[in-house]
Amino acid sequence: MDTLLRIEDLAVEFPTEDGVVRAVDGVNLEVRPGEIVGLVGESGSGKSVTAMSVLGLVRPPGRVVGGSIVFGGRDLLGLPPRELRAVRGKEIAMIFQDPMTALNPVLPVGAQIAEAIRLHRPGLGRKAAKERVLELLATVGVADPAARYGRHPHEYSGGMRQRAMIAMALANEPALLIADEPTTALDVTIQAQVLELIRTSARDSGAATVLITHDLGVIAELADRVAVMYAGRVVEHGDVEAVFSAPRHPYTAGLLAGRPRLESALGELVPIPGSPPSLLNPPPGCAFHPRCALSSDREPCRTARPALATVGDLHQSACHYPEELP
Amino acid sequence: MTTTQLTAPRSPAALAARRFRRSRPAVAGALFLLLVVLLAAAAPLVAGHDPNAVDLAAFRQPPSAGHPLGTDSSGRDVLARLLHAGRVSLLVGLLASLVAVAFGTLLGAAAGVFGGVLDTLVMRTADVVLSFPSLVVIVVLAGILGPSTAMLVIVFGVCNWPTACRVVRGLALGLREQEYVQASRAFGAGRFSVIARHVVPAVLSQVAVVGTLLVAQMILLEAVLSFLGLGVQPPQASWGNMLTDAQNLTLIQTMPWLWLPPGLAIALTVLAVNFVGDGLRDAVDPRGVR
Repeated sequence: MDTLLRIEDLAVEFPTEDGVVRAVDGVNLEVRPGEIVGLVGESGSGKSVTAMSVLGLVRPPGRVVGGSIVFGGRDLLGLPPRELRAVRGKEIAMIFQDPMTALNPVLPVGAQIAEAIRLHRPGLGRKAAKERVLELLATVGVADPAARYGRHPHEYSGGMRQRAMIAMALANEPALLIADEPTTALDVTIQAQVLELIRTSARDSGAATVLITHDLGVIAELADRVAVMYAGRVVEHGDVEAVFSAPRHPYTAGLLAGRPRLESALGELVPIPGSPPSLLNPPPGCAFHPRCALSSDREPCRTARPALATVGDLHQSACHYPEELP
Repeated sequence: MTTTQLTAPRSPAALAARRFRRSRPAVAGALFLLLVVLLAAAAPLVAGHDPNAVDLAAFRQPPSAGHPLGTDSSGRDVLARLLHAGRVSLLVGLLASLVAVAFGTLLGAAAGVFGGVLDTLVMRTADVVLSFPSLVVIVVLAGILGPSTAMLVIVFGVCNWPTACRVVRGLALGLREQEYVQASRAFGAGRFSVIARHVVPAVLSQVAVVGTLLVAQMILLEAVLSFLGLGVQPPQASWGNMLTDAQNLTLIQTMPWLWLPPGLAIALTVLAVNFVGDGLRDAVDPRGVR
């Protein structure tokens, strides 16, 4: 059992009035037990849709039109709804971006976590469920769990809410955690704490983690491997160390160059020119070529879509000219 | 640590109760209803007469010390009948509204949460039910099923669910898109758990408003059917069938005690229920209040 989750050629489409949007277009991703895989990309690059496909919860009218998602030996895409429900929350759990909206505002937080447990263990009594919740809240560092059990989400601070959300995700000891921008809605001061909590919880429970973010810093800090997405495709993939030290795709290189650095003066951020392509009408060839500094409008970039190819140890890039990057 | 809280936090229910108490018609209506309910509940104790005791020697007697509201065409005590009729009329109104609202809530929630074919099916059926003149349908159904109080409750319920259904479906459509519903699904909740956990509790206050206003309609409807002889069957008294006693002009002109008490009872109760319903609506959803 080498792979926990294997996504192959995943394609997700959203029909719109103007045509079909292919939000995810042939994504491949592997997650092994216990590792943390980062999924980076800007808004609309297909990160979240990829994650929701794994849970079978792509919002209609969007639908998965191709590929396979094999988790623990089963193809999740072919699973009947009842079995898929048994996987959700129990074997694969999700940490949402904004715990304020991901928790029902009119129900006590404790009851919501208890519910997540009892969904998968109907035989568990209310009392036993409550005890388990108190235990979980204590594990994720919520002070005085007994007092907070009956509190509503608005009575929690942002960081506490996200801790409660993490407790909820850990409740059934899942084999895979999907954290969708887990720190985006939080104060900067809290972000590091929550990231650390995700790291230790995942390590202690042995869960693998897919960390979705647009923050390269988060990836560098937490992830073992990283997949960079652009316009619904994985454009670069590899060991975090390898990708960050020597990016082999101009988009990744652009992202890294666009980060604020301590040593550079203010106002010296280097943006990637242009804007992400419309997925209604993606550019032919490499989706990145209109913005690419490397391409200089060369023939292959305009006509042929580059496949993900090995460019080094544990390192793949979907670029026609990966060797031209410094 | 110092507490800087100036006022104790109020629960939404407490806030709604406060808004309700500020509406005078609603409070008056509620008090009146309370009185009616108490009198109806205590009818055997208060009435003083058996509502069905026929005394042909004393028929159509004007109000007197022995019969404060007089006697009807069979010599029965009008006050006793009025109070006992209140039990039937209120019960039918309440139960019918409950059936209609329960039915409508479940269908509406299912339509909103499941969407697709089920949604279309339920909502088109609701349209059909709404577009039929329900009185005609009820008269026909009453004719087929035979008049009885249980029949009234069921038929009223079946004919009046679309109001609650539409309200709940609209709310459910909004709730379905809430992130916490999506999150709850991601934690393995099925659509039925979503309905039970997130939709029904969230729509309950709105449903209570619809249900209350429906009670008034149901009391009226019961009166109409009973007046036509298709509802509550004599000798059991209901406000509607008490009115059948006064069906000609002479009686109406000369013997107001036959029709005035049940007529007023219907009118005032319906008015009171409507006041309470309006007050409840404004209390639950203060945005509508000017």
